Amino acid sequence: MVVTPIPAGRNARVGLMALTFAVGMTGMGYAAVPLYRMFCQATGFGGTPRRASEATAAGVRVVAGRKMSIRFDANVDPGMKWAFHPEATTQTVAIGARSIAFFTAENTTDHDITGAASYNIAPDEAARYFTKVQCFCFTRQTLRPHEKVRMPVTYYVDPKLLDDPEVNTLQQITLSYTFHPVEAGPKG
Amino acid sequence: MATIASEFQAHGAGDAHAHDDHHEHKPSFFARWFMSTNHKDIGTLYLIFAIMAGIIGGAISGLMRAELAHPGIQYLGHIANFLGIKDASFDQQLHLWNVLITAHGLIMVFFMVMPAMIGGFGNWFVPIMIGAPDMAFPRMNNISFWLTVAGFCSLMLSAFVPGGTGNGAGIGWTAYAPLSTSGSQGPAVDFAIFSLHLAGAGSIMGAINFITTIFNMRAPGMTLHKMPLFVWSVLVTAFLLLLALPVLAAAITMLITDRNFHTTFFDPAGGGDPILFQHLFWFFGHPEVYIMILPGFGIISQIISTFSKKPVFGYLGMAYAMVAIGVVGFVVWAHHMYTTGLSEDVKMYFTTATMVIAVPTGIKIFSWIATMWGGSISFKSPMVWAIGFIFLFTVGGVTGVELANGGLDDNLQDTYYVVAHFHYVLSLGAVTALFAGFYYWFPKMSGRWHSEFLAHLHFWVFFVGVNMLFFPMHFLGQQGMPRRMPDYTPALAYWNHFASVGYMVMASSMVIFFVNIAYAFIAGKKAEGNYWGEGATTLEWTLSSPPPFHQFETLPVISDSDHH
Repeated sequence: MVVTPIPAGRNARVGLMALTFAVGMTGMGYAAVPLYRMFCQATGFGGTPRRASEATAAGVRVVAGRKMSIRFDANVDPGMKWAFHPEATTQTVAIGARSIAFFTAENTTDHDITGAASYNIAPDEAARYFTKVQCFCFTRQTLRPHEKVRMPVTYYVDPKLLDDPEVNTLQQITLSYTFHPVEAGPKG
Repeated sequence: MATIASEFQAHGAGDAHAHDDHHEHKPSFFARWFMSTNHKDIGTLYLIFAIMAGIIGGAISGLMRAELAHPGIQYLGHIANFLGIKDASFDQQLHLWNVLITAHGLIMVFFMVMPAMIGGFGNWFVPIMIGAPDMAFPRMNNISFWLTVAGFCSLMLSAFVPGGTGNGAGIGWTAYAPLSTSGSQGPAVDFAIFSLHLAGAGSIMGAINFITTIFNMRAPGMTLHKMPLFVWSVLVTAFLLLLALPVLAAAITMLITDRNFHTTFFDPAGGGDPILFQHLFWFFGHPEVYIMILPGFGIISQIISTFSKKPVFGYLGMAYAMVAIGVVGFVVWAHHMYTTGLSEDVKMYFTTATMVIAVPTGIKIFSWIATMWGGSISFKSPMVWAIGFIFLFTVGGVTGVELANGGLDDNLQDTYYVVAHFHYVLSLGAVTALFAGFYYWFPKMSGRWHSEFLAHLHFWVFFVGVNMLFFPMHFLGQQGMPRRMPDYTPALAYWNHFASVGYMVMASSMVIFFVNIAYAFIAGKKAEGNYWGEGATTLEWTLSSPPPFHQFETLPVISDSDHH
């Protein structure tokens, strides 16, 4: 073999540093999953709506003269045997005012089905101002065979929306739900 | 590049043969080529592998151009039949199309351009150019190569097992979820993803090897700021690989567990988000395009300098422009995702950041031109290829600046305009750089001269062919032809047919290439040590052609007065 004037230890050290780097980046790749979720919840990025407590909601200033149309959209996962609809397709609310909307869900099968709802706001930029106080989507829902239930969501549109040049002329916000089946067992 | 002190010239070139007698114990055929730890042999293996993969990937694009030559579906059924699916349904034929575009993309990126640029020329010339006897970890070098081969086999196998609607993985090279998760049942996609794991692991090891070699094994006097630009380009590329590939590995591992082990990283039903995959993929994917082109930049710098008989204009600027491209390349990824619902502000940032990359790239283009300016230019075949590269890459760069605009991209995304853009920078840019490097170094590697006439002919036929093939795609894209579709409205028939003719012109230039290689081995003249003469100043030209099996047992010394 070749006579190398470089002590092997130095190569091993640089090589190991580079390897650590690569392993670290793999870790960063995985760390991106919770970081991305936190980022979306904190900023409303990608249409993730905000949540607020009753107390916060009670303190919100109502802008009586400025109305916003809210459109409700309900979907089910292809494997989900529920009929799921909004009771009213749209609501018009004053910005800052708390409102409640109902959805109906019916289990069309002969066995229990548990579902979890994912949700999204369009346009994305409005998500950080669309605030939910209470929602059926915060927990899983189980319907017995052919059971039909009304599901409420309490929400308001944060008046800060009026200060954001990207969305302050917006006339309508769409709130979309999709119900997914939750398999029995601990897995979500 | 660093000029070699004349006393070394005498020592290196003259003594090479004396050394040969003692140290040229070449192992037996099997041990030499299958258990190789010699950087030149591994480089040769990489080049042969890349050429093989290029033939397969190129043939697949031939099938695609045949299908696209006329509106309607003509050949997909026959191809499916050939691959073992009798009487393929319409959906299966469309799935086969997806399989073809996926295979073409993955093969060309991971098994042609990367092995040739980094594994082939990088392995061959980085140690020689810095005056090192070999790579830092010769055995790991061997593992890198064979992992790449194993990855290629895994990808080939995926074509013969079910992948949803038909055989094979039809997920695109981007493997977006949910198409690659719930959208493609069957083991084909797992094979394809595993092939990326293997090739990725091989590339990461290669990157570690290059970084260690370049940091630790430079000859005395070869400071970082005296390194040839090709070595700089491979160093920057190695860092990009080290940062980007692990993120791809993480993302596709999540795909595998989503597919097979009920995780929901990318499945909204379990709280995941498919857009997250796109973020992870493009955090890798954008640096990846620089990984493919940066070594090409390095090769072009060597060639332009050699045949202008001048050092490269603005050496430090050239080196740090590559570093800048590498750094900024990591913060522009979402320009691949303008239509996923990014807010105006986010789009503005990514538009601006993307356009910033045009600055260091412009520095490189202008420095190449400034190197030629006032130089004593000889138009040998590598130089002609290099000038062709500058032209073609600039065309692709201009459409790149256009597509960087978030507003414009809303209209052009996923059209043939994008296909034209990235083929101008990669298929025409990177591949042209590869051929330039090939003709530059082939006599050095083999000890035999190719025919310069055929090399020139190859260039001109290739140049006409690829422009006929890809330039009309700009028109098709502006007229709204979506990419990844096997069929189109008859209104687009003319330019599609034209492009398919261009493919045949390009393919015939490949025949010239292979004839030229055959000619070199059968009847090529023997090449001397420094066959390009005066302008060729880097260390590989101080050695015989081909270089001795082990070089630089006495390290060359690079004196302070040497310039780049």
